[in-house]
Amino acid sequence: MKIFSSFILVGLICFIASIIYDTTKWTSGHITSLFVVVGAFLGFIGIYDYLIEKCGYGLSLPITSFGNQLYKSALNGIHSNGFFGAFKDLYVTTSLGISSAIILSFLMSLVCKPKD
Amino acid sequence: MDKEEYLKLVKKNNKEKNIIKNALISFLVGGFLGSIFHILTSLIISYCSVSKEFACGISLFIFILVAVVLTGIGVFDKLVSKYKFGLIIPITGFAHSIASSLLEYKKDGLITGLGANMFKLAGAVILYGSVAGVIFALLKVIIYG
Repeated sequence: MKIFSSFILVGLICFIASIIYDTTKWTSGHITSLFVVVGAFLGFIGIYDYLIEKCGYGLSLPITSFGNQLYKSALNGIHSNGFFGAFKDLYVTTSLGISSAIILSFLMSLVCKPKD
Repeated sequence: MDKEEYLKLVKKNNKEKNIIKNALISFLVGGFLGSIFHILTSLIISYCSVSKEFACGISLFIFILVAVVLTGIGVFDKLVSKYKFGLIIPITGFAHSIASSLLEYKKDGLITGLGANMFKLAGAVILYGSVAGVIFALLKVIIYG
């Protein structure tokens, strides 16, 4: 059942993004940035973790999850180390995604040639 | 302007008609990836006995790896133009933006090419995610203590 709710929710996020792209002049960069901020906001009002709990892990896949994770690790940092903890722990949970994207891409770019 | 470019322009002007079709394609592809992600994470949790967050991280790693490899062999660009936001909004889009800018600027050398242009597209996501994350976390602490 959670497979189905993952399907609906992730699909819905992509659906909204596509509608925004086709009806405004925004580029995909604008939309992903907007969605990261929206994800942080959903984490702020406490919806995002509830949705992951109820509707499956699929919601960790879209870029909104990135904002939610950044918000959560900043909050955990504040709770454990005060004001500077927010800066110390900001990238703790998203580190795996960012660093794997950087390192794998770099290795790939050494091997592959650009296609035109 | 060659024929292919011209066709692309025509396609761009006709895109108003395709709003619903594009959105539905994005819905189906994004939803499909979401359910695959759920299945993969559940499998990792049940077979490797790791925490939920770490299992999600491993699945993200696998998705990023696939996206980067597909970008490297030149398939991902075609898939993106076909399935659009079904592939851009998931983490695959983030990985693709880094991988494709690395490939594109490879000819400019290791430092001024790769190093300087790596985050051309993904930088916006990291910048606004970080700013929003810290601001919302501070707000939460200020409001709720």
